[in-house]
Amino acid sequence: MKISKFLPLLVAGALYALPASAVELKIGLQDDADMLDPAQSQTFVGRIVYTALCDKLVDLSPDLQIVPQLATEWSWSDDGKELTMKLREGVKFHDGTPFNADAVVYDITRSMTLPESKRKSELKSVEKVEAAGEYEVKFILKSPDVTLLATLSDRAGMMISPTAAKEAGVDFGNKPVCSGPFKFVERVQQSRIVLEKFQDYWNKDNIFIDKLTYLPIPDTTVRLANLRAGDLDMIERLAASDAAAVKADPNLTYQSVVNLGWLAIYFNVGDNATTPIGKDKRLRQAFSLAIDREAANQIVYEGTSVAGNQPFSPQNPWYDKDIPVPARDIEKAKALVKEAGFDRVPVELIVTNNPVSMQMMQVVQSMVADAGFDVSLKATEFTTLLDEMEAGNYQVGRSDWSGRADPDGNIHQFLTCKAALNQSKYCNPEVDKLLNEARQAPDNAVRKQKYDAAAAILQDDLPMTYIGHQSWIWALNKKVTGFAAYPDGMIRLVGVKKAD
Amino acid sequence: MYTYIAKRLLVAIPTLLIISIFVFSLQKLLPGDPVLAMAGEERDPEVIEYLREKYRLNDPVPLQYVHWLGNAVQGDLGISLRTNLPVLTLVGQKLPVTIQLAIMSMIFAFAIGIPMGILAAVKKNTALDYIANVVALSGLSIPNFWLGIMLILLISVNLGWLPASGYRPFFEDPLNSIKTMLMPAFVLGNALAATLMRHTRSAMLSVLSADYIRTARAKGLSERSVVLEHSFRNAVLPIVTLSALLFGELLAGAVLTEQIFTIPGFGKLIVDAVFTRDYAVVQGVVLCTAFGFILMNLLADILYVVLNPRMRASL
Repeated sequence: MKISKFLPLLVAGALYALPASAVELKIGLQDDADMLDPAQSQTFVGRIVYTALCDKLVDLSPDLQIVPQLATEWSWSDDGKELTMKLREGVKFHDGTPFNADAVVYDITRSMTLPESKRKSELKSVEKVEAAGEYEVKFILKSPDVTLLATLSDRAGMMISPTAAKEAGVDFGNKPVCSGPFKFVERVQQSRIVLEKFQDYWNKDNIFIDKLTYLPIPDTTVRLANLRAGDLDMIERLAASDAAAVKADPNLTYQSVVNLGWLAIYFNVGDNATTPIGKDKRLRQAFSLAIDREAANQIVYEGTSVAGNQPFSPQNPWYDKDIPVPARDIEKAKALVKEAGFDRVPVELIVTNNPVSMQMMQVVQSMVADAGFDVSLKATEFTTLLDEMEAGNYQVGRSDWSGRADPDGNIHQFLTCKAALNQSKYCNPEVDKLLNEARQAPDNAVRKQKYDAAAAILQDDLPMTYIGHQSWIWALNKKVTGFAAYPDGMIRLVGVKKAD
Repeated sequence: MYTYIAKRLLVAIPTLLIISIFVFSLQKLLPGDPVLAMAGEERDPEVIEYLREKYRLNDPVPLQYVHWLGNAVQGDLGISLRTNLPVLTLVGQKLPVTIQLAIMSMIFAFAIGIPMGILAAVKKNTALDYIANVVALSGLSIPNFWLGIMLILLISVNLGWLPASGYRPFFEDPLNSIKTMLMPAFVLGNALAATLMRHTRSAMLSVLSADYIRTARAKGLSERSVVLEHSFRNAVLPIVTLSALLFGELLAGAVLTEQIFTIPGFGKLIVDAVFTRDYAVVQGVVLCTAFGFILMNLLADILYVVLNPRMRASL
């Protein structure tokens, strides 16, 4: 028998046996995520991984509107104390457990009661959650809280499999089971997190990636080199200094969007503030006026960030246009310093020892020197900075916020008297009142009035001065298409394709 | 011989104990609160307090140490605050990677350093000697991170010969594992080769001037036999000690090289742990590293005896 007779058969057999090539996407992250339990985790990159792993009750649109995800529709009661949600039917968790109202009740209750849960303060306004049908839940609130929907568009609203959660308890994060487009395969700390397409995903027809790998690569230069070498398909938080190179590279795509957070300088104005700048608001105003925000952002972020003076960027609908970004006014700043009774003002400014933060503060140091401030920079690593600022052991400090979709998340927890992140130690009952009312007002126009009124007071008291708003910058291989930049910095993979 | 090894291992116990006390107290001297560092952006005072209690961070430091030690002798090195994983699991994940990197780096170091050292000694004060010296000196003075990034740009980005990252465990995917380790191992090995070359050269020089070498040459032995069999065999002793120390250092992790090539070894683990004040992890990794160092030293001493019959009598 001649072998040639079999040849076509063999070839056909071999071709048939070959699997259709699986599409793999590799994403370079700036850090490694912490534990992958939505109730316990804290890192920004953790949230990026969840975007693929865990669906939420609601999601955000690029223009920050709340859109359906696992909840298809919702409504508020007239008194604003009850939120009813209709749930998507036919959704399964990665372990096959069906998603329904009981699962929502279990998950929200877990986030509210697990001792290790870091979602407790976000869900503080919730009294309880009840199933009102197989696919309907009711959130019953202690007091009206319009920020709840935005809260549910993040980790607090991520649904995990009750079966897996009951079994794993506090160790759920070691092998997370959710209902997102991708399911967990493996994780090696500081090396990789591997996910694969979930074949029973409710929206699987719009998922075009079969295997997803996240690789933490802290060094931005190395991250970019890996993208260029083809070892990564996409990287997040590209350094501003590399923006021009990526734009010029025909093999790469550049994507960016101004983020929801801010870059700010904190003044310690608390009761134990002993420094002139902490005690006298005129000095803080002078300090702020001496900064050329446009120039500082241009120099340090090479035009990728925007200048700002409020907790919302000038493009944000919540920005108060009556208080525009101030131009540098050195004469007025000098006059304020003089009025406060000073000629030169010594200031110690604590800053994290990363090159970009240091560079920004060196620019500010030289700018405010012209108005009479002798700034000495105290560089320290982040954990120490956090400790010192939390304890109020500082004069002036530099810190960032990654931003939240709801305006409340960018201001309330920093500037109300007893807020957890109030590192300025600022306390003004009037501001507290306005920010608390803004939280409860269902009408956006009323909320905006409250924020504007608070902004006017804060611009005068100046417990914090905002310098600008960074952009999230991604660089992608040209083969990757369909990615949309969202101001929350997440990487949403629905609709993302990768050509062979 | 066995009693000697047993004795040496027993001595390791107080050494490790002292190291653990030292590391524990040093860590507590650092400012910064681990729970706060890991609490992230939403910091809930109630949860922070709960976690402090849970991990006994409110106890007095000596009590914390005693508690840690009590668990450690039972083989429990504690839980990583950041990942909620047992420290032993983390060490188990990273140790094979670090050992692989250390072995591959040593192979590069030997392959470059020893032949260069021998050549430089044999061809003393010739152009070859000078070239070897210049190469060694540049190996020592080029910073690892710079060489690493340059290699990535040249070999991965421009030539596309080797992957820039994407480490795979050796037993899962040996070929790709070696491919991803070649550049980092070369970077580390290149720096060590310089040290090895210098030591080989001076050890060879002192042996080559010995009387028995002159006798060997006078007997009419070939130069190859004189250099490799008679001289190098004797010159190798100090090199063995040095190699053991260098290997021990590699086991402590190579922070910068690991960062650049995203190799998930000890170096990256310990640096991240220090920055987030993940005490148990720092403590566990330092102990393992110290133990590795002690083992390597012991191995060097044993090899010494094997290679030098005169030493056997002294045991």
